[in-house]
Amino acid sequence: MLFLMFSSIGLYQLDSDTSKVVMSLMNILLIVVPLISVIFTTIHFYNSYEFIELMLAQPINRRTIFVAEYIAVSFSLVITFVIGLSTPMIIYGAGGIGGTLLISGSILTLVFTSLAFLVAVLTRDKAKAIGLGLLVWFYFTLIYDAIVLWVVYTFSDYPLDTATMIMISLNPVDLARILMVLKLDISALMGYTGAFYREFLGSNAGFFTSTAILLFWAIIPAWLALHVFRKKDL
Amino acid sequence: MISLNKISKKFGKLLAVNDISLNLEPMHSYALIGPNGSGKTTMIKMILGMVLPTCGEIKVDGQQIARSWKYREKIGYMPQIGRYPDNITIGQLFEMIKKIRHATNGMDEELFHSFQLDFMLKKQMRTLSGGTRQKVSAALAFLFKPPILILDEPTAGLDPVSVEILKEKIQKEKDAGKLFIITSHIMSDLDDLSTDIIYLYEGSIVYNNPVSILKEETGHDRLGKAVSKIIRDHATTTNSRLH
Repeated sequence: MLFLMFSSIGLYQLDSDTSKVVMSLMNILLIVVPLISVIFTTIHFYNSYEFIELMLAQPINRRTIFVAEYIAVSFSLVITFVIGLSTPMIIYGAGGIGGTLLISGSILTLVFTSLAFLVAVLTRDKAKAIGLGLLVWFYFTLIYDAIVLWVVYTFSDYPLDTATMIMISLNPVDLARILMVLKLDISALMGYTGAFYREFLGSNAGFFTSTAILLFWAIIPAWLALHVFRKKDL
Repeated sequence: MISLNKISKKFGKLLAVNDISLNLEPMHSYALIGPNGSGKTTMIKMILGMVLPTCGEIKVDGQQIARSWKYREKIGYMPQIGRYPDNITIGQLFEMIKKIRHATNGMDEELFHSFQLDFMLKKQMRTLSGGTRQKVSAALAFLFKPPILILDEPTAGLDPVSVEILKEKIQKEKDAGKLFIITSHIMSDLDDLSTDIIYLYEGSIVYNNPVSILKEETGHDRLGKAVSKIIRDHATTTNSRLH
């Protein structure tokens, strides 16, 4: 939270043009938010392992334990994020897209919390879980974009509209970026995938579709993690 | 009260528990013995639903336990190594567990008091010694008067005075009609506490009989000697089968 607050205050100080600040903020968000969510969630899960064991010996449903863990972690992360980002925004003003930034950032936090829970229940020790979590983060923030770029470049002779759309939907970070970009009107600056998306979808339809898909990205890994957890040997 | 029907458990390739069938009745106290890694803790964890059996079914009080959780109200569990969240204090821990389990028939705080835990309510779990943690675990297991008590190495790490307190408590509750499952490597402790001996070896039950029959069969009056005799007999039979 402090990190977010200070970095955003710093960015506001550096530049007087709010939309530029918001853009820089967005880039930081897209990389840092998933990272913090993944690391914090895996560490938390393995630190509360004893506690989960204790709870399992009590007459409590496994589903209840898991849902409680998930809500506790994701809520605290989302609240941290919202407070950290909104404080400087309120002070300096965000030029209209602050709300979108907050919403997509919050959903992104949920998405990566879910993914990290999935990683945590699938692994048996902390080091492996954190390693795998970092891999997931690295993949979605860097590698995936490179792959998309490569595909688009290699097959540029063919019509790629639908293919690119599908590829983008398969990456929550890209989706969150598009959510923000559609509001920012600077899509051309925001990397190849962002530019594509704007071409295909009008502002409103694009906003709702990407939000919906992003929510799916939060729900499905969490649901899978719940199912693994119910069958896990502790 | 507890019945296991053809239970097996595999961890990857390792067969931890191999086709076990058992019937455990109230008023008895079962001593679960066997070398390290013979499947004792796995069996206990399966009864608690923490480890799910690969095949077979477990019933507690006539009810299947697969996918059920309500039955755990009837079980008090004292783990081998009591692991608790670091920052919680003893007082908070007891408060929390009390809130989770709505005590229907009152609470049994005898151990809580006799272990003098009420004088360290404000201590954090992290600062406690292994023995004190064991005391906390024991007090928690007995707290809700469960009809089934599962104690995994209850006396390990306890000082002699506390061992006596715990043993007296077990004796008392056993006479009151509760079902005990106790694992231990200390035969002299089990001698006073158990009515039945179950010997596990590499995931299979090798021996399952009341203590009186065991002593009669082996001609030894002390449990330690009697048990080591059946272990040696078992070892020779398996060896001769191998050769």
